[in-house]
Amino acid sequence: MRIDGKGLVDRSTRIDFRFDGQALTGFEGDTLASALLANGVKLVGRSFKYHRPRGILTAGSEEPSALVEILEGNQQTPNVRATVQELHEGLVARSQNRWPSLKYDLLAVNDLAAPFLSAGFYYKTFMWPRAFWESLYEPMIRRAAGLGSLSGQHDDAAYEKAYAFCDLLVIGAGPTGLMAALTAARAGADVILADEDARMGGRLLAETAPLDGGPAVDWVERVLAELRSMPNVRLMTRTAVTSVHDDGTYGALERVGLHLAPAADLPRECFWRIVARQAVLAAGALERPIAFANNDRPGVMTASAIRTYLNRYGVAPGRKVTLFANNDEARRTARDLIAAGVSVAAIIDSRPDAAPEDGCRVIAGGTVTDTRGRHALSQISVSHPGGSLTLDTDCLGISGGWNPTLHLTCHLNGRPTWDAGLAAFVPTPGAVPGLIPAGGAKGLFSTAACLADGRRAAVEALGALDLTAPEMALPEAEDAAYTLHPLWAVPGKGRAWLDFANDVTVKDVELAAQESFRSVEHMKRYTTQGMAPDQGKNSNVGALAVLADTTGRGIPETGTTTFRPPFSPVSIAAMGAGGRAEGFAPQRFTTSHRPTVERGAPMIEAGLWYRPSYFPKPGETTWREACDREVRMVRGCVGVSDVSTLGKIDIQGADAARFLDLVYTNTFSTLPVGRVRYGLMLREDGHVLDDGTTARLGEQHYLMTTTTAAAGLVMRHLDFVQQAFCKGWDVRTISVTEAWAQFAIAGPKARALLNSLLDAPLSDFPFMACGAVSVHGTPARLFRISFSGEEGYELAVPARYGEALFRDLVNRAETLGGGPYGMEALNVLRIEKGFITHAEIHGRTTAFDIGMEGMVSAKKDCIGKAAAQRPGLVGPAREQLVGLRPLGDQAPTAGAHLFTLGEEGEARDRSGLCHLGLLVADAGPLAGAGLPAQRPRPQGRDGAAGRPSARHRHPLRGHPSGCA
Amino acid sequence: MASLIARSPLAGQAPLVLGRLRLAEGRPGPITSLARLKDRPLDALLEAAGLSFPAPNSMVSTETHRLVWTGRDQAFLFGPPLEGLGAACAATDQSDGWASLLLEGPGAEEALMRLVPLDLRLTAFPQGRTARAPLNHMQAILMRTGPEAFTVLVFRSMAQSAWHEIGTAMRSLAARAAIG
Repeated sequence: MRIDGKGLVDRSTRIDFRFDGQALTGFEGDTLASALLANGVKLVGRSFKYHRPRGILTAGSEEPSALVEILEGNQQTPNVRATVQELHEGLVARSQNRWPSLKYDLLAVNDLAAPFLSAGFYYKTFMWPRAFWESLYEPMIRRAAGLGSLSGQHDDAAYEKAYAFCDLLVIGAGPTGLMAALTAARAGADVILADEDARMGGRLLAETAPLDGGPAVDWVERVLAELRSMPNVRLMTRTAVTSVHDDGTYGALERVGLHLAPAADLPRECFWRIVARQAVLAAGALERPIAFANNDRPGVMTASAIRTYLNRYGVAPGRKVTLFANNDEARRTARDLIAAGVSVAAIIDSRPDAAPEDGCRVIAGGTVTDTRGRHALSQISVSHPGGSLTLDTDCLGISGGWNPTLHLTCHLNGRPTWDAGLAAFVPTPGAVPGLIPAGGAKGLFSTAACLADGRRAAVEALGALDLTAPEMALPEAEDAAYTLHPLWAVPGKGRAWLDFANDVTVKDVELAAQESFRSVEHMKRYTTQGMAPDQGKNSNVGALAVLADTTGRGIPETGTTTFRPPFSPVSIAAMGAGGRAEGFAPQRFTTSHRPTVERGAPMIEAGLWYRPSYFPKPGETTWREACDREVRMVRGCVGVSDVSTLGKIDIQGADAARFLDLVYTNTFSTLPVGRVRYGLMLREDGHVLDDGTTARLGEQHYLMTTTTAAAGLVMRHLDFVQQAFCKGWDVRTISVTEAWAQFAIAGPKARALLNSLLDAPLSDFPFMACGAVSVHGTPARLFRISFSGEEGYELAVPARYGEALFRDLVNRAETLGGGPYGMEALNVLRIEKGFITHAEIHGRTTAFDIGMEGMVSAKKDCIGKAAAQRPGLVGPAREQLVGLRPLGDQAPTAGAHLFTLGEEGEARDRSGLCHLGLLVADAGPLAGAGLPAQRPRPQGRDGAAGRPSARHRHPLRGHPSGCA
Repeated sequence: MASLIARSPLAGQAPLVLGRLRLAEGRPGPITSLARLKDRPLDALLEAAGLSFPAPNSMVSTETHRLVWTGRDQAFLFGPPLEGLGAACAATDQSDGWASLLLEGPGAEEALMRLVPLDLRLTAFPQGRTARAPLNHMQAILMRTGPEAFTVLVFRSMAQSAWHEIGTAMRSLAARAAIG
């Protein structure tokens, strides 16, 4: 119900919206909650466990009950707090956790079963049979319990992440925060003032007490106007500071576009990382409810929320309001309501010595013992020293006192301090370095005290920033004393709610204590109190007070659970902004990418690189056909493949040779200039790190090749070795991977192809040679290395020429009967010849395992050599990499197991130890069929070299190229 | 004689102009990395060219050259290679290894501070300042070339990703500006 003349909403701008299919109207400046109340909608949702009817409890981000789904396009955002969602034209909201409708929710039957659904009931009820848990109980419980639902579609909306820096971050723009920001801004500090609300002012927007001789809102606007005019101030509305991290870094979530209809490129939310030299926590305080029987009925709300709806939104949440409080705060609500012409039935003040109130009945020493009303409150029962009575009322405002919003001070594992006078936890000084709690967040509850403390906090921060605070007078403001008599729960029968969001009652907490879950942390987990979206903001202190009472301890002894980040819910989509689909990681494209894609090659990701799987020809229907053709092409003619993705590291200096001898297992100081050598590199723990070829370009100049996957890893390793073990060595390393486009040219016609485009034909260029050449006038580097086993070369040109050279090479290759080949063929070629890649050297293999222990030079030390000789890293118990070739035409299935010949009937060898003999498929068409296999002969040589390389004595050995 | 056609990392990419921000591919020209080696006359050679080895996060410029700090004992020389450089230090040609993106206009730092975790405001990152910093998940070299101008170098292969990331930040800022 709107009250004429009240509120800050813009009555000239009407906004149409829908809730559960019903067309409703609100005003610019409304939240969904205020608009629903204005339309008389009190039933907003169903509770988590019992599916109880729920309304709106608060007017802020702490709301535990009024959680709805927002629908826009294919977006369906669950658990949106109606108190936070701003109204906008076309807003469509839907209640959640009910079926078939909000009013007639079949799962409300849970409420009748409440005696069986007490704390820990899952653990007690669904213990056996054990197998039923995953298959039956859990899915059933998950369907029955829970909150909103997702659309099941990808969330392809825009989200954003950003960084900000400032001298002073002021968290909260109420009286404390505004005063702190103004003081610091006038002193010249770089200030960020962040507030989770759409409009700055905090409680000043919701109260009627004058400030600076006029309406508080006028003072707020004056301060904001000044702050806006200052270049050193950044005002961030709709921005909740949600977490504290080390070194003055704060996480914050900004609702960028959630208050508007979706627009192209407009982020829904932005996740900020704000780095502040100093911060002031001016987050205010949260009013806490009191537990009594059926206190969760729609129409029951905090007393301060009633004032907010009345004074800020011009909405009376009821026609006949009753108040129940243990302090004087509720009286403000009564006065504001009466002044606005709303009837107040009574103030039920739990303090026996409660003072009377003008124009309103006060029931001193009274408590509310029960409520009635099916979908909304209609009547309450009151007990008082003189007896008991019932009151007809459609709205009950409760105030159990205030809890400072100190959550952020606990994010670095600090614990709050109990203040018996306030009956509340207050921040422990110094809990977060550089974060100064002030005002309501520190336990100061009058406007005057908040203003003064905001200024004090700013002065303290300015001191740390070496800035001088300007002289400033504080505006005149209300300075009412805050006195209360603690009241956490009204004794009696019936369920009294502590945690509205997770359906935890006083009885649940008592039961937890009774069943020996007496630690506050155990109680929390047993009852799930504080584990809902509101993270216990409304229930934490009340629940532990009940626990303290039950266990006969004081509240400080009982302690509190940990306030963890985030302070309020942060969507994963915001934290992962830009990271969906291809945004997950950078895409790396080779210079040959365009011509490769033009040829229809399917691209596969290798590391971050995109490489061609194969180059399909017309008529080929499977990858195998293309792959087999490409293999035959390389073996019989010539193939071209882009190998630019391999890491290239330039190494220079007088100690370059010595350095390579240290990082490689074999020797490079003896490598002649103009030659290439294959090398194996170990980690410090003795396992294989990487392999590849290194060319000696000059006396003090080497070019190392790494595998694609380990390029960054090897670069880091070299840097580490150099810094950790090579102090004073004259050696420099730098990546030149991206500077060169490099192509493998392999096959019997490789030299013919090369000679067709080199400016001078190759003369003597033996296997493992390297040197400078010229291609169409462009200086290039040529390496005679092969990863296919055929006569092979790798030709490198500056990357700008990569695409042109690839096109030229492929065209020329095709005129010779060859063409490009992809990763599939490349893999077949190298496996046939027994060259390894990271599929084999996957980080758990030693040089011994891959049959390369002979490459670990006995004449010198190298990184990983000593560790590689540890027991367990050598010997017959190690897995051995061997090559196998099936005899006959049948191909072994992937994952096939091996038998020793003659032991076909014995248990399959699952230890991983390979025995030569029979290949037997585990499943599939070849299951059980013996497939004779043979260990192949070493094949290591460049096809044209005509003889096996003396270095390569093992069936699977290092290849003289850099691998895939 | 045939010749190979050169292509820049972002060849064919038209500049992206949104509001007052403009993103375009830069043409950095020759880039040479230099790192000191023992007993080599690097300082003398630099001095003769009017340059000096830059301090971390800074650059030294002449009319023809710009020497940018890029890492521990390492700098990139933008401009024609100096004669005798190869003998005076460990030098490599980096010209083709990097994609250069120029972002210009008021609030350019706002776009970059969506991707780079550094304070890039003019007061903290003035003209002539440089940094090796992540551009989202990419390793980048960042240079403030003017009060409202940045040059961002990323690995050549990542040019498209960098363009997309910066473009997305610009679009987001433009969409924010549109709602006031």
